[in-house]
Amino acid sequence: MDGIENIKFGIDTFGDVPRGKDGQLVSYAQAIRATIEEAVLADQVGIDVIAVGEHHRPEFAITSPETVLAGIATATSTIRLASGVTVLSSDDPVRVFQRFATVDALSSGRAEVILGRGSFTESFPLFGYDMADYDLLFDEKIDLFHKLLDEQPVTWQGTTRASLYEADVFPKTESGRLKTWVGVGGSPQSVIRTANYGFRMMLAVIGGAPDRFAPYIDLYHRANAQLGQSSHPVGLHSPGFIADTDEQAKEIIFEEYKKMRDQIGAERGWSPMSREEFEAEADHGSLYIGSPETVARKIAKTIGTLDIGRFDLIYSGGAVPAGDRLRAVELYGTKVIPLVREMLADQPAKQKITR
Amino acid sequence: MNNSNTTIGILGAGKVGTALARLALDAGYRVLIAGSGDPAKIALTVEILTPGAQPAFSADAASNADIVILALPLGKYHTLPVAQLAGKLVIDTMNYWWETDGIREDLRDPLTSTSEIVQEFLPHSRVVKALNHMGYHDLEEESKPAGSSGRKAIAVAGEHQLPTVASLIDALGFDPLLIGSLANGARLQPGNPAFGANLPQKQLAQKIDEANLSWDGIRVPLKETS
Repeated sequence: MDGIENIKFGIDTFGDVPRGKDGQLVSYAQAIRATIEEAVLADQVGIDVIAVGEHHRPEFAITSPETVLAGIATATSTIRLASGVTVLSSDDPVRVFQRFATVDALSSGRAEVILGRGSFTESFPLFGYDMADYDLLFDEKIDLFHKLLDEQPVTWQGTTRASLYEADVFPKTESGRLKTWVGVGGSPQSVIRTANYGFRMMLAVIGGAPDRFAPYIDLYHRANAQLGQSSHPVGLHSPGFIADTDEQAKEIIFEEYKKMRDQIGAERGWSPMSREEFEAEADHGSLYIGSPETVARKIAKTIGTLDIGRFDLIYSGGAVPAGDRLRAVELYGTKVIPLVREMLADQPAKQKITR
Repeated sequence: MNNSNTTIGILGAGKVGTALARLALDAGYRVLIAGSGDPAKIALTVEILTPGAQPAFSADAASNADIVILALPLGKYHTLPVAQLAGKLVIDTMNYWWETDGIREDLRDPLTSTSEIVQEFLPHSRVVKALNHMGYHDLEEESKPAGSSGRKAIAVAGEHQLPTVASLIDALGFDPLLIGSLANGARLQPGNPAFGANLPQKQLAQKIDEANLSWDGIRVPLKETS
């Protein structure tokens, strides 16, 4: 792993529609502008990266991450700009490349792509894809996207989009290659595929103890070694929220978090979440919630046990007040990140789990 | 307990399959694990995620096992090696997951246990439904030795070789809760109170009793267009 000073800290959002001062949900347009405002603040307080996810559900305002990133690009100076994730299965790899290359130009080289299959499926019927082709779509499209990254004329054949013959795709990037990750939810096959393409791996850990992902990180590095290629530090993203005190943070989040979790859960056949489950997830699971100190301690513990080079906090947490969300971003940058760096510097020799 | 003479064949090397393989290895079983094709494809995964298990073709894992555990996406059940599974005790952990299986009219009837469909497809196997209701990470975090306080329970629906099934569940780290016929397994499926349950025996039994099978299916937000 890189040294502690090289660990990157990010924030991730799905553009959840927040509440205004009157307690009502703001418009989608306002929700998108709120994301820009949060990104600008994140840039000012030294957060390394912001990732915006693609969703096609009423709770979320962002369906087109690159357009939002383009807005952020011209209003910020150092923060890196990522999707989280781009649902590649239901998109066209050529267009994804072009849009990110454009964001890369607008931001002078700060664009990063995180490809994924997504944890939702609304985009399939919306864009005319059949979920029966779930695996095939991703397999073919990641293959084409990988070829496009060389920024040379591409010849490619498949069944899920038109074949290409010596097709040159523009714009080219200044660096010559877009930084590309794959979001992995814990499927071993996804880990192997990510390594096979030489992509970076972003682990989506949305529940349970983070240390159970240690073997997946090991698998990623070993697969790279077996392929004779250098590995990249692994990233991890998990949900959470920060307020001035633990009680405040939980009070702001609980109802909205539960509402979203239960809504999604109903579609998946889960029972509603109890307060006990929420508390257990906060105590020893993957919900990073509380005061800056509490959240920092939890992040430091995760970084101390897992060999990761980047930690992203999904901070948007449902329909919470926009002002509280902005405050969470501020606290993450001004308090949590410096605290985590201090805590890690104090315990540099902590044992990593590598089973 | 000496389980080293018993071979567990696990079909499916994804999240659930590898989690169950680790539990079975910890319990001392010999474990064969199969992905969707050539075992060479999962060799590294098996070496790192389930050290001690042997990668195999699914037909070989089935024919060489005493007990077979199904841990592949339910939508792929038609790829199961029917002949090699004949005469075997088969534990079905699969669930209908429309987000990866697609909208499947054949699998979404809430009154039918999907394990009955699997049993129909495997007419000469002895199918039992178990290990489907608890999340795969809970399975690993909650596994505890027999007699531990607060030990969690795993429901078993089916009528074949129940002593064998019960002792397997126990060896994996859970109290078995027998709930009767394979059809009763509908109460353990997504959309029912027991789905996702990570509870001790008595509370799990209550959740299973709460199942309201007149319930009209999982609320799918968008219709398939085609």
